Amino acid sequence: MKKVFKVLALVLALSMVVAFAACTGNTTNETTTAADNEETTAGEVVEVKVGFIFLHDEQSTYDKNFMDAAKAACETMGVEYAQKTQIPESNACYDAAVELIEVDGCNVIFADSFGHEAFLMQAAEQYPDVEFCHATGTQAHTSELKNFHNAFASIYEGRYLAGVAAGMKLNEMIEAGSITAEEAKMGYVGAFTFAEVISGYTSFYLGAKSVCPTVTMDVKFTGSWYDEQLEKEAAQALINGGCVLISQHADSMGAPTACETAGVPNVSYNGSTIAACPNTFIVSSRINWAPYFEYMIECVQTGKAIDTDWTGTIETGSVVLTEVNEAAAAEGTAAKIEEVKAKLLDGSIKVFDTATFTKGGETLTSYPADVDTDDKFTPDTEAIADGYFHESEYRSAPYFDIQIDGITLLDTNFG
Amino acid sequence: MAKVKHHREPLFHIVKRDDMVWWQAWLVRIATIVISVFLMGLLSKMLTEKSLLETFEIMYRGVFGRIETGSTVMLWKYLQEIAILLCLALALTPAFKMKFWNCGAEGQALIGGFASMICMIELGKTLSYPVLLAVIAVTSMLAGALWGLIPAVFKALFNTNETLFTLMMNYIATQIIAYYVYLKGGGSNIIQPVAEGNLPTIGGNRYLVNILVVALLTVFVYVYLKYSKHGYEISVVGESQNTARYIGINVKKVIIRTMAISGALCGVAGMLLVAGTDHSINTNTVGGQGFTAIMVSWLGQFNPFIMVFMTGLICFLRLGAGKVADTCMLNSAFADIVVGIVILCVVGCEFLIRYSIKFRHGKKEVKA
Repeated sequence: MKKVFKVLALVLALSMVVAFAACTGNTTNETTTAADNEETTAGEVVEVKVGFIFLHDEQSTYDKNFMDAAKAACETMGVEYAQKTQIPESNACYDAAVELIEVDGCNVIFADSFGHEAFLMQAAEQYPDVEFCHATGTQAHTSELKNFHNAFASIYEGRYLAGVAAGMKLNEMIEAGSITAEEAKMGYVGAFTFAEVISGYTSFYLGAKSVCPTVTMDVKFTGSWYDEQLEKEAAQALINGGCVLISQHADSMGAPTACETAGVPNVSYNGSTIAACPNTFIVSSRINWAPYFEYMIECVQTGKAIDTDWTGTIETGSVVLTEVNEAAAAEGTAAKIEEVKAKLLDGSIKVFDTATFTKGGETLTSYPADVDTDDKFTPDTEAIADGYFHESEYRSAPYFDIQIDGITLLDTNFG
Repeated sequence: MAKVKHHREPLFHIVKRDDMVWWQAWLVRIATIVISVFLMGLLSKMLTEKSLLETFEIMYRGVFGRIETGSTVMLWKYLQEIAILLCLALALTPAFKMKFWNCGAEGQALIGGFASMICMIELGKTLSYPVLLAVIAVTSMLAGALWGLIPAVFKALFNTNETLFTLMMNYIATQIIAYYVYLKGGGSNIIQPVAEGNLPTIGGNRYLVNILVVALLTVFVYVYLKYSKHGYEISVVGESQNTARYIGINVKKVIIRTMAISGALCGVAGMLLVAGTDHSINTNTVGGQGFTAIMVSWLGQFNPFIMVFMTGLICFLRLGAGKVADTCMLNSAFADIVVGIVILCVVGCEFLIRYSIKFRHGKKEVKA
């Protein structure tokens, strides 16, 4: 009996080895012919295959937003793509880029996380014929690499519009007599105390203030991009502290569910949370990456240079708002958002208009921002001109980090 | 007594077997791996629209790349992955052989890497390159050794539970790194790669030095355990501490010394990761490999050369199945599931090589 098993095992082993050999043999032929084809079709329009590098996978709302856009954009443009998920912010990002180029034959590489940047640049240096694009990064404009590009979106405009919706809700509460004008205090759950988040909550606050002048805001930081429990606790603490409306810049459902439980209105981020929060969800802003991906693909196809810093706007379709939830929002919110959006588009409203905010009781006329990355975070560029702060103009990633009056930081967390 | 036993004989019982010749055992092992790879193929067949052969092709591509066109980058990456995991497994082996359950490779490597990082940042601009490399190597090993020594001293003096102790030390190491990254990373929470104090590249190959270091370590650990006096003492302490005491071995000294070595080797792994690979550090630098290494060391039966084979297998599956997951847009947990299936098969096969299962219906048992 034992011998039979052994013979069986041997036969199985041999057959698998043969199968393996056959399989690898076949693929050799296939790939060489594929490569030949590519070379012959290289003419006016360059064949594009995009390689995407994602920090996590579709279980993270942050990465899912990129993954959905990648799929949509590649389908629209009719190009192939390959992806690597769960790539940490380490040498693994370099390895992933090399694999996408060498094995999958990609000629455009995109990475979605801030910490990927330095490792992506190492690959960019090694493959000058491949284009490298990176979301949220800051180093392209000071680097010598011609094939390395940064991209972001003017999400502060989206948050400003979401802030308008919040302000209208506050006005409704004041009119209904449930709070006084002085009690109009919002709460904000942020991830880290740095420019991307500061720029976000300040624009949200200014949007609310544009319709509800007495509004104030408390901010709490969790020190994590994704920590459901901490975000929930922070939202709860803000509600206990007298905040009558909550928004957040972090990636979990912590704050929205805390709001739904407490019956406090919530302005969300990254996408609609209406399914889980039907009574409290007002509206949500998010970045749509598909326009950038399409632009990037088109540039490579036609041989155009990709912008060193590309900032998506409302106009490019990169900054979008979800449908307003009529059940929770104040009456006329959708119409008001459209009205303000039109003014942002024609330039008659600037989000960081220095006439609308003060710091230490004074109106700012000058502010040096840290635009060029260095290890000491030296302010290097004058950002205020023509009466407003020029956010995302000198590089795509946000650099507005002024702490303005009316917003109280209950704590800080620099990571 | 015998009658009662006869009456209650269980459905099956397990008997240690000694009739299997080495080549038969190896045949069973190979067959197991082939069967488990086959199982994995079936799994991906159920989850994707690819045929079995296509799945294997993708796996092959994920590990070896387009090696037939002379492109060796993927092969080097594969060897690098093996080197790091193997280094951690080698580091654990002396402790395991002594039956000291060091579950702290993760933290010991992290602290070793931490020492490298501090040297690179603080001394990188002042020391000359060869001196800097020497300082990095020494401090990394010392830091790793220190992290291993703390639980060892407590074990030797107070007989504390080393499994829990070493596990706790991992969390402490992680939090120290988190705080350091917060100090050095400013607002962005990231330490940008440091240009100073990187291990040298040979002929433009960024992984060759790591691979050579671990190759040397493999031989060193093999010789150390098999042919040195220390190695003998370790195995005696592992078999029976009373015997060790009886023949005049200072058990406390052996425990402390062995854990210092184990920790120092983990420190080397940390150095290879920080000075040799990432040139930066974060809490995820070791990435859980310190725990995978525990399994590798066991599956390798504490023999460095079998461990080379085991890491080769695990890294092949991890990279290959990862490629299948990415190509077929499956969740990245697919790779973990595949590694799990194969490891389970291998563990089962090892059990069946050493023991056989006898069922009740055999009447010979009763007569005996």
